Amino acid sequence: MLLLGRACLLLALGLAILGAAASVYGARSGRPEWQAAGRRCVYALFAVLTVAMGVIELAFARSDFSFRLVASHSSTTTPAFYKLTAMWSSQEGSLLLWVWLLAGWSSLAVRAAGRRARALAPWAGAVLLALAAFFLGLINVLADPIQLLEPAAVEGNGLQPLLRHPAMVIHPPMLYSGYTLATVPLAFAIGALVTRRVDGAWIRVTRRFVLASWLCLTLGILLGARWSWSELGWGGYWAWDPVENAALLPWLTGTAALHSLVVQEKRGTLKAWNVTLALGTGVLAVVGTFLVRSGILESIHAFGASTLGLPFLIFIVALVLGSTALVLARRDVLRSSARLESLVSRETVFVLNNLVLVGLSLVVLWGTFFPLISEALTGRRASVGPPWFTRYTVPLAIAAVLLSGIGPLLAWRRATPRALGRTFRMPLAAAVVVAVVLLAAPVPDAPRALALFAVAAFALSAVAQEYWRGTRARRAATGLPWPAALGGLVARNRRRYGGYLVHAGIALLLVGVAASSAFQRVRDARLAPGASASVGGYDVRYVRPTAKVEPEKLSLGALLEVRREGRLIATLRPSRGYYPVADERRLGTLGRWFEGESTSEVGLLSDARRDVWAAVEPDLQPFRSMIDGIDLRFPLAGGRMEPLFLRALAERYELDAPPAAFRLIVSPLVAWVWVGGLVAFGGGVLAIWPARRRQRVPARARAAAAPAAAQGSA
Amino acid sequence: MAGKQSRKLIALGAAVLLAGALAWSSFTASSEAVSPSGLLQAAQGGRAYELTGTVLPGYRRLGEVLHFRVRDRAGSATVPVRYRGAVPDPFRAGREVIVTVRRAGAAWVGDRDSLITKCPSKFSTESDRR
Repeated sequence: MLLLGRACLLLALGLAILGAAASVYGARSGRPEWQAAGRRCVYALFAVLTVAMGVIELAFARSDFSFRLVASHSSTTTPAFYKLTAMWSSQEGSLLLWVWLLAGWSSLAVRAAGRRARALAPWAGAVLLALAAFFLGLINVLADPIQLLEPAAVEGNGLQPLLRHPAMVIHPPMLYSGYTLATVPLAFAIGALVTRRVDGAWIRVTRRFVLASWLCLTLGILLGARWSWSELGWGGYWAWDPVENAALLPWLTGTAALHSLVVQEKRGTLKAWNVTLALGTGVLAVVGTFLVRSGILESIHAFGASTLGLPFLIFIVALVLGSTALVLARRDVLRSSARLESLVSRETVFVLNNLVLVGLSLVVLWGTFFPLISEALTGRRASVGPPWFTRYTVPLAIAAVLLSGIGPLLAWRRATPRALGRTFRMPLAAAVVVAVVLLAAPVPDAPRALALFAVAAFALSAVAQEYWRGTRARRAATGLPWPAALGGLVARNRRRYGGYLVHAGIALLLVGVAASSAFQRVRDARLAPGASASVGGYDVRYVRPTAKVEPEKLSLGALLEVRREGRLIATLRPSRGYYPVADERRLGTLGRWFEGESTSEVGLLSDARRDVWAAVEPDLQPFRSMIDGIDLRFPLAGGRMEPLFLRALAERYELDAPPAAFRLIVSPLVAWVWVGGLVAFGGGVLAIWPARRRQRVPARARAAAAPAAAQGSA
Repeated sequence: MAGKQSRKLIALGAAVLLAGALAWSSFTASSEAVSPSGLLQAAQGGRAYELTGTVLPGYRRLGEVLHFRVRDRAGSATVPVRYRGAVPDPFRAGREVIVTVRRAGAAWVGDRDSLITKCPSKFSTESDRR
């Protein structure tokens, strides 16, 4: 099996190089048989990499510890579900997942382009295959996922406990899908520039890929944030960490591209801007992958001891220089003949929205790479923290939400003052009402949060109004009942109404972010059983300690009662799970349980108004003598004795727990971050869903049907 | 034509102004990243530094305060840190941490909630794998 896997990886590299060369030769010579050979290499690459993935997954499923990767990231006790997803917790496995997804999306793109953009397809295929060749070169030379471990390990290290969470199973494939899908527009933009066909053809092929990339990144970012909030013990969902920012950057430019591509489709403008955005988003996707692997920036996520930084850097520099040179060389064909007719038009708002989104991405890019910038300019490495990011991103986010509300209310080309008065009345009233109510209410002074609530009210009511107006018009035209009219409206205009839903979702998400950031209350307290602490108007009482011995971990925690004005509203059970390390000889039978990984299990009460969040850190110091004593008296007891000792320790903890450290948080409206994210994702799915093909009715049949319909309606 | 050029100039001026503000504020709001040996050599009182290094064994929590020492990644210099706030799950001896610190006498006090520990899942070195 190992040999088959190795052969597949080498064959894949050969296919990628051969396919790229065949595609370029076919495109330059105009010989279709070479173009077809390049296309077939893309399909073959996907098939061969699928076999390689299958070999590794089978090794994980069988706990075959002769595979170094399996021994390092799985064990016989790792739950079956996590065994199959443990592959991408490693550097090598995640790179293979990246290139496998790239090959899959490339196959789809090349197939789609064959029908709609035949001239561009070979060049785009060559770029995608060159990208795959780069990653396969890394995999084959520097990060081989199929290495023999000799002699095979008896037991594996197991999956890092922090990653044993359903969100972490889907999070990496979603992010990698987002990154790899973003390379498809980059490839077709290069194809369009090389062939000087920068009209609508490349946009028609790649528009769905831009949206699919956006969807995957949205879900990936959302799952990562949710995991952080519900699994990690620090009490947040976003920290402006370089690796988080790496996913946000292509998301922001991708969002901008989704809007500006529409302007080019409708009005024929922004050609140079769209090509630049597609190239930029693709490059940022590769930069995102690079950031995690290079160790170039301090991040909690970075693969520390990686040797992949330099090759990545050279590749990215080549990509940026090549793309820039190509855009400059084709500036004659990138000039748009059409101009914006009026400043009060939908396309103007789209342009402004693009400037805001690109501004946001520049801020995030600058802040993320600031350590390198400062080192280059001053010789000292310095970094900026969350307050610096929020200083710039919050006003820009407010502007983006405002524009997302204004856009749908304006007509293309030019809006008349009368139409403006009619469409803006309700959303403006909603924004003013929310602003007045919030200013009058006894809420803490947080002007930026209040401004965001007001513009979110504007955007939400604008979206609701558009749905209402459209449904009403359709009902008047068809006589259908309200639900059917709404369904028909959305089904016939999926892109438009899906997009509006995305606007609503993002507004809701940012309301959640603003409220949970500005009005969050945090209390760190050291409590003995029976003691209480207050946080954000809630009383939290440490009722009793809890302990549980499980096959893979020992959980020590607390039972907490949460009361509001004396009324019990929830019981929370935060705990900390201790996972053992294999080194019993050195660390002792019991000691090895406290030298391994430990993870927080957060106690969470979540509803539409607020989350009450609790994490606990038990104090094990008083038990140190018991642990050391057992380890001294019963060295290498293991086997059946170990559970007995663990249960004894657990019982002692339940009977006589010392005060434990608690972090208690009351965070208002945080649930709306997830709800808004899911609404935005749902809107994106609606927009990308293929429109139902209308049945072609022969003209003769239509003519015959017309009088009958007229009679029926009479 | 003149109108178009002046619009371009205004846009360019605004962009330069904003970029200048961004650059200036990032330099004034940043904290320098240093290793323990760098901190011992060049630290000034009152300034914030982003200390990076490895946690030494023997850290302990006294009440709400976590006491630990950070050592150079490749070296022997160490600095003591007193820290309050959230402690990441992966924190333990041998792990690489980043914490914002300020001088307080002979010790260093960590800014509340500024401690981050590198995610060990993605921190596999060759020696770990062996």
